[in-house]
Amino acid sequence: MVTLIILSALGILTLFAQVLRFKKALFPLILVGLATALYFTLPQYNNNPSTWFSSMLGFDNYSAAFSRSIIVIAFLWFMMARNYFLQETSGTDHFALIIFSMVGAISMVSYSNLTMLFLGIEILSLSVYVLAASDKGNILSNEAGFKYFLMGSFATGFLLFGIALIYGVSGSFDLHTIRTSVATHQQPTMVLMGILLLLVGLCFKASLAPFHFWAPDVYDGAPTPVTAYMATVVKTAAFGAFFRLFYTCFPDLIEQWSNVLWWIVALTLFIANITAVRQTSVKRMLAYSSIAHAGYLAIAIVSMNGDASARSILYYTLSYSISTIAAFTVLYIVSRNSGRDDFGAFEGLAKTNPFLSFVMVVAMLSLAGIPPTAGFFGKYYIFQNAITTHNTGLVIVAVLGALVGVFYYFRVIIAVYFKPEQSNIPVTVGSLHQVVLFITTLLTLLLGIFPDWVLQWI
Amino acid sequence: MQEVIQGIPLNWYITLSSILFCIGVLGVLFRRNAIIIFMSIELMLNSVNLLLVAFSASHGDVAGQVFVFFTMAVAAAEIAVGLAILVVMYRNTKSVDIDVLNRLKG
Repeated sequence: MVTLIILSALGILTLFAQVLRFKKALFPLILVGLATALYFTLPQYNNNPSTWFSSMLGFDNYSAAFSRSIIVIAFLWFMMARNYFLQETSGTDHFALIIFSMVGAISMVSYSNLTMLFLGIEILSLSVYVLAASDKGNILSNEAGFKYFLMGSFATGFLLFGIALIYGVSGSFDLHTIRTSVATHQQPTMVLMGILLLLVGLCFKASLAPFHFWAPDVYDGAPTPVTAYMATVVKTAAFGAFFRLFYTCFPDLIEQWSNVLWWIVALTLFIANITAVRQTSVKRMLAYSSIAHAGYLAIAIVSMNGDASARSILYYTLSYSISTIAAFTVLYIVSRNSGRDDFGAFEGLAKTNPFLSFVMVVAMLSLAGIPPTAGFFGKYYIFQNAITTHNTGLVIVAVLGALVGVFYYFRVIIAVYFKPEQSNIPVTVGSLHQVVLFITTLLTLLLGIFPDWVLQWI
Repeated sequence: MQEVIQGIPLNWYITLSSILFCIGVLGVLFRRNAIIIFMSIELMLNSVNLLLVAFSASHGDVAGQVFVFFTMAVAAAEIAVGLAILVVMYRNTKSVDIDVLNRLKG
């Protein structure tokens, strides 16, 4: 709870930076605020969650772990995005929007009432709609923001209808009451309809096929730092909320909904990996790769296996987000330097800037799931759970998808190391970016060696 | 009047809101004018409000009605943001037709 209050206060304070003229101190202030918020997620709740506002919010180890993960990712993201926002926008209001959207993200992983799930999703989404369209003069950014808004509010409609049907069945929005009443209810059609609509709404938000079609366009059109935010923090929060809902409310009906989700996951893995191969722009390739990763993450929801699944989702989102931040930082630097974001822009990067190319290689290896990086263990834990719960078919689809994934991730590595350089302009990296790239690479390698650091959070 | 309203079975409310919701969904999918699409989204959200209020009355539980307030507040905020984005888009394209949104492909 303290984390939420600190973040809200920080957001309001950020809004005043322009008026009260402390814009120079703003960035350090945000980092200090985030670090303080992180400190308050540290206590362990074990088996006695603390509930707030007549059990609207319930903080337990799960929510603390996800909040920690979200704040760590956002911390790295702020260091990545600082230059873009302070140089090309007015800065303060954009930072405030991001901090408010983090408030939404944290409510999404700590709700114990469907009202807070809905509000959390909306607080998160509304800020990100604006950010996606924030490059006002750029028509691509307008289009991205508009598409994101349309699809997001469309999905909200489905989510709300699902919530209303579940409420009609159980007479309450409280997750635990819903669990007991849907398991024993006499009117299964309405329950199943409600679960299905909730599933559709959440699949939209988490960009799972066949509800993923907005994602590549939005990721492509939005400014690169905003895309990085959507691919990391938003995805982490979406899966935190998705898993929490199905784990707390509907584990007794798993036979009914897991079939539907099985096909959604298989379709996602197939479509995203095949389409990613055809891309010429690295930014768009990363967008499809993030859809594919949503597919791997959803395997953990299909193969619901108690806390082990929660741990695997946490570890996967964190490792994926850290590598994605690294990849987007490199993409940002390279595309700023050369003015384009296709594979050609990366050719010969190893000669002009060996540090940047090493970071990119580690990030790509982690996203592809090659040991000893963190991405490998993320996939390992998810597949392990899937096999324990007899979802071997899904693991086969996922492994095939990952093999295709290796192909398109390695295209970047080949461009970086084995192609002659396109231009002799040296790629310069700002000191803040150097710090981000160093930390993300170090974390990717360290988490691969010591996965227990994260796994013990839940 | 009170008896007439209470005499309407719950199923009718469910059917009515489902029909309204479907009209909203079809509107979003098939209309090309952005303003009409906004209205269709509003229709979807308001059909949910109707359903929530009906369930709330039949359960004798006030939580559903409170939820409706949240939905209305969020819908208002959403439309404010949506219209702002639409205005920015209109300045660049001079159109509110969503068929102009075809620059991002692949």
